[in-house]
Amino acid sequence: MMGTVSKEPIPPFERFYLVHRDEVLGYLRRLLGARAEDAWQETFLRALRAYERLQHGRHLRAWVFTIATNVAMDELRAKPQPFVDAEPAVELRRDAFKELEHLTDDLPPTERAAVVLRYGYDLPYAQIADALGSSEEAARAAASSGVRRLRRTHDRHT
Amino acid sequence: MTVTPDLDARFRAAALAERLVDVRYDVVDSPVGALHVAATERGLCRISYFGDAWEEGLARVFGVRVLRTPLDDVRRELDEYFAGRRRSFDLPIDLRVAPFHEAVLHELARVPYGKTDTYGSLARKAGRPGAARAVGVVMNRNPIPIVLPCHRIVGADGKLVGYAGGLDVKKHLLELEGAMLPE
Repeated sequence: MMGTVSKEPIPPFERFYLVHRDEVLGYLRRLLGARAEDAWQETFLRALRAYERLQHGRHLRAWVFTIATNVAMDELRAKPQPFVDAEPAVELRRDAFKELEHLTDDLPPTERAAVVLRYGYDLPYAQIADALGSSEEAARAAASSGVRRLRRTHDRHT
Repeated sequence: MTVTPDLDARFRAAALAERLVDVRYDVVDSPVGALHVAATERGLCRISYFGDAWEEGLARVFGVRVLRTPLDDVRRELDEYFAGRRRSFDLPIDLRVAPFHEAVLHELARVPYGKTDTYGSLARKAGRPGAARAVGVVMNRNPIPIVLPCHRIVGADGKLVGYAGGLDVKKHLLELEGAMLPE
């Protein structure tokens, strides 16, 4: 319709929390293993601190993944670095990822987050870029490099 | 991956300790059904017989940082009231209503346990004689029923008239307080 802007209201925090708490814990487990619970609590406290400054309720899933990624990166003591990858981009099918998923623990933090967000949670690269604080190209390159590394590791073990 | 009750409780407690919550709520079982209760840092702000769009309603008035946490004081005083062991409430109140509503609810709070008063009488006491109908609207929108005892307000002829929680609930409360004989 002309002149109408779709306005997504901000849900009460309780609703937002109930929708995302389990998924975020799963994500942080994949990145941090046993250290996930503290990071999970810190993620939702950060979300709550920022919540009343939100302008609308769009993209809240990507927003909370961004916060979780930042917390995990702090925890892994590795700030996202500008990422350069000259090789052609590699993509992975979701069922292929299931076979490689257990090997993500050994990836560098940025690649690990990019791969898990892309293939574990199906986030588009634009949102992964936001989560990593990088450009979309860098996010794509990080996931691509992660996939190559996973395949190499996988091949070594088989 | 499911968040355990323990982890969930720790988060909610941490959010409160950091004072990040605009309004908290809980659901308390009672003989008249589940009561949705809410409080700000200033005090009890809502009791509702219904849970429809409950969080959204709280967010509109008090802020979007709505979180469910135990409200032990409220639960305890309500339990005591329904057990017949409490005749008035000691909970601090956070009342955010228009001035006329505030004046009427202030007078309402003085109607004693076990007594009834009429809409017309309450209008006079609030400085608006003849505004019985408007007082009826205030009763209908009472944000904190039971604690602000709108169930004690009846028609001039003694009829129960109406109640947001239903006339059965009004009758139950008046019988509990001994203001009405059980049928």
